[in-house]
Amino acid sequence: MKCLIIDDEATARLIIQQLIENNKHVEMEQEFPNAMQAIKFLNQNSADLIFLDIHMPDFTGFDFIQTLKNPPNVILTTSDKSFAIEAFEYDCIVDYLVKPITQERFDKAVQKALSSKASSSKPEVESDLNKTDNDLYVNIDRRLIKIDISSIYLIEAKGDYITIKTFGKNYTVHSTLKKIEEKLPQDIFLKIHRSFIINTKKIIDIEDNSVLIEKDVIPVSRSNRPELMKRLNLL
Amino acid sequence: MDEQPNLSYIHQLSGGDKAFEARLMEVVKRELPEESQTWRDNISSGNLDDAASSVHKLKHKISILGLEESYRFAETYEDELREGFNIRQEEFEKLLQLMLSFVKRT
Repeated sequence: MKCLIIDDEATARLIIQQLIENNKHVEMEQEFPNAMQAIKFLNQNSADLIFLDIHMPDFTGFDFIQTLKNPPNVILTTSDKSFAIEAFEYDCIVDYLVKPITQERFDKAVQKALSSKASSSKPEVESDLNKTDNDLYVNIDRRLIKIDISSIYLIEAKGDYITIKTFGKNYTVHSTLKKIEEKLPQDIFLKIHRSFIINTKKIIDIEDNSVLIEKDVIPVSRSNRPELMKRLNLL
Repeated sequence: MDEQPNLSYIHQLSGGDKAFEARLMEVVKRELPEESQTWRDNISSGNLDDAASSVHKLKHKISILGLEESYRFAETYEDELREGFNIRQEEFEKLLQLMLSFVKRT
């Protein structure tokens, strides 16, 4: 597997290079000290696997993943255990390595990437099944409550929960943005920030890096701004 | 904290590859003073959130030098800085001095 390393720390890049050299399944393609350079590279080249640092100035590892249309497998490398839950929101993330990385743990992560690559050729079957439905059922206090999708204007992630805001009521549900995003029509709803999905039809105005929707001012992350702008019928 | 920096992780990683060990120490020697200074600058300017990010980055160097207890200390310090408290600055500076003098000697 051809792989890339993205890490702003030269020491970390050198250590991962050494770990790659000691593993027969991976081959070093390029290394980058920041995500922007990697994006430029990936615009014209491909990779099978990326070793990606989360904490980087300006552009985090998660921001980077969100810019890629079809991200290759990603193994996160970090000194912080607290992002593990967020990592599960991304299908492309196959493992999560906490620095300092040992060869044994590295080899195990590569093995996971290999298995994931082997199974990724399966056709996607259920992608749009529920997206044309007009209603969404959420489980609150053991009751399935129906929400009219068109009444949703905002969904906010708060730890292990999401709050679905509609014009009549707000619902807090144990779920993730990733899960609900799959249930919503993609042409109407858009993730504009790591913690927010909006109904683009309900936008009141956009100023700099924020969107006013109902009475909420929602930040737009730099990586999501181009997609948001594409959706607007600009004069 | 009585523990001392050591090269066990680097030796384990290199598997005896002396050229790699030398290359890695060269990079650590270059990056550690830079990252330490960035932390000091952030503390001086009162930017505790950026100081926390500097500590976060330095944690990798702390772990590479086998300082397990200090790593836990740095984790606590990073969290405190993010919450707006800077009560372990002196102790963290001592840790940096310990590491800087170790890499200089190595």
